[in-house]
Amino acid sequence: MLLITGLKSFEEVNLYRMWDLPTRFSLDSFLKAWFGSESQGFRGINSNFWNSVRLAVPATLLSAALGSLNGYVLSKWRFRGADGLFTLLLFGMFIPYQSILIPLVQLLSRIGLYGTIPGLIFVHVVYGIPITTLIFRNYYATVPGELVEAAKIDGAGILGIYRHVVFPISMPAFAVVMIWQFTSIWNDFLFGVIVTPRPAVQPVMVALNNLAGSYIVEWNVQMAGALLAALPTMLVYVVLGRYFMRGLLAGSLKG
Amino acid sequence: MVQTKPLAAARWRSGRWRLRNPDRVIAVLLVLPSLAAIAVFVYGFIGFTAFASLTRWDNLVPDFSWVGLENYFRLFNTQRFQIDLRNTVTFTSLFLLTSLALGFALAVLLDRRIRGEGIFRSLYLFPLALSFIVTGVVWRWLLNPGSAELGSTGVNLLLDRVGLGALKSGWYTDPRIGIKAVVIAAVWQMSGYMMAMYLAGLRGIPEELREAALVDGASEFQVYRHIIVPLLHPITLGALIILGHISLKIFDLVVAMTGPGPGFSSDVPALFMFDTTFRGNNFAQGAGIAIILLVMVAALIVPYLIYSLRTEVQR
Repeated sequence: MLLITGLKSFEEVNLYRMWDLPTRFSLDSFLKAWFGSESQGFRGINSNFWNSVRLAVPATLLSAALGSLNGYVLSKWRFRGADGLFTLLLFGMFIPYQSILIPLVQLLSRIGLYGTIPGLIFVHVVYGIPITTLIFRNYYATVPGELVEAAKIDGAGILGIYRHVVFPISMPAFAVVMIWQFTSIWNDFLFGVIVTPRPAVQPVMVALNNLAGSYIVEWNVQMAGALLAALPTMLVYVVLGRYFMRGLLAGSLKG
Repeated sequence: MVQTKPLAAARWRSGRWRLRNPDRVIAVLLVLPSLAAIAVFVYGFIGFTAFASLTRWDNLVPDFSWVGLENYFRLFNTQRFQIDLRNTVTFTSLFLLTSLALGFALAVLLDRRIRGEGIFRSLYLFPLALSFIVTGVVWRWLLNPGSAELGSTGVNLLLDRVGLGALKSGWYTDPRIGIKAVVIAAVWQMSGYMMAMYLAGLRGIPEELREAALVDGASEFQVYRHIIVPLLHPITLGALIILGHISLKIFDLVVAMTGPGPGFSSDVPALFMFDTTFRGNNFAQGAGIAIILLVMVAALIVPYLIYSLRTEVQR
């Protein structure tokens, strides 16, 4: 089966190298991929890895917070036209980002965010609104309306109800959304390559692609780089796989 | 004019506004920033791109002189774009068919509650945690045909070792294969997703239904053909939508794995758009490709969104 072969091959990446260079099996290629090699003249991915951390963590937190508020309002405080607006919002999840890149770059350079990590954070938060809102809205739809009504009768306002009733029971949805957003932001390439042209500012996936695209870098170093760059999302998957699953199925709309 | 103010104040005091409206107003205020952001960054930007595609903006200096549909006519007459569209059709049909079939087969197998199901499920889903860039880099290595001097590598080496050397091929370096090599990697990454969706669907089908049909003398195959598959239609539809929009937009995987390939044999519109816009600075043409991409995706997504909005309102 293709999948099994594929997975095995992924592990065999190391095996093949072991057969080819049995005497030099060491952490050498990982160190090279991480720190780069001055003599061969290529950059390592270590600084880009930290760029990705500084990008993905705040962007994930911000978009989870926004998604939670949106989902709360759109499921428990529906106003007229809320469903139509929600559908318009959802469309933003599916658009090819190519169709917004040109004005995006223009705008970011005008407001001085072009080529910066904050610029990328901003972009990911904005284009994360549809999916995070969707997941939270679906989750809050399962919260009984009586809970909110009861709090209303007790005199709580919209914000009070959110803080004391809704937010404390939102943790499962936060877990799903944060894992989803972290994974997609970490794995993103398109926004990274467009918004941050300078290698020193680029996130890790762009750096990995550069590393792999350069002919002076050996295959084993490329594979080591791929493994290093994938490590955080692999870790998330192994540790929090259950929530990862739920995010996938939530991302498939009502499937 | 003078009277409106006290009137509003009276209404305010009368309680209708005081009791209900503050929360209503706050509700709208809470979602307003997000709605405004989407209005500008999705719809406004699409509008700008559509406009730019109708202008002569073909270098770094914006030139908004109107040329009508000229960019589109030129695009459809460009050989690279024609190849791209053909590649998109090839890629999408092969990718969709294979992922759905494989996902369904895996789900049926796992549904038999075989031992170690959890392990298999985790294994199949694992590629989803990876970036298309990682997948692309790894598969580029796996499907690297190697060279005459140094011998085979990756999959070809594997084929050599198990005595199937005849199946060796140039993979993505062979223009006749081109984009189909990318399909292999994409299927590897996405069929686990389809498996998860189908598995969830299969688990939702009551066991009695199956048993009743078997008692009535239906064969195992007939049960699947006439009962299970029709019940899974909504899932297949959702899966087609998800895979379809990913497939039309495919970019990262192609960049990391093959690039445009020999004779653009693995090129796709998204890659052409990137090249022409951000490397060639032909913004009008890039905008044109982007709009064509958007139209293709919208043709797939919009009916689905309207359909799910309707069914939700009915509920």
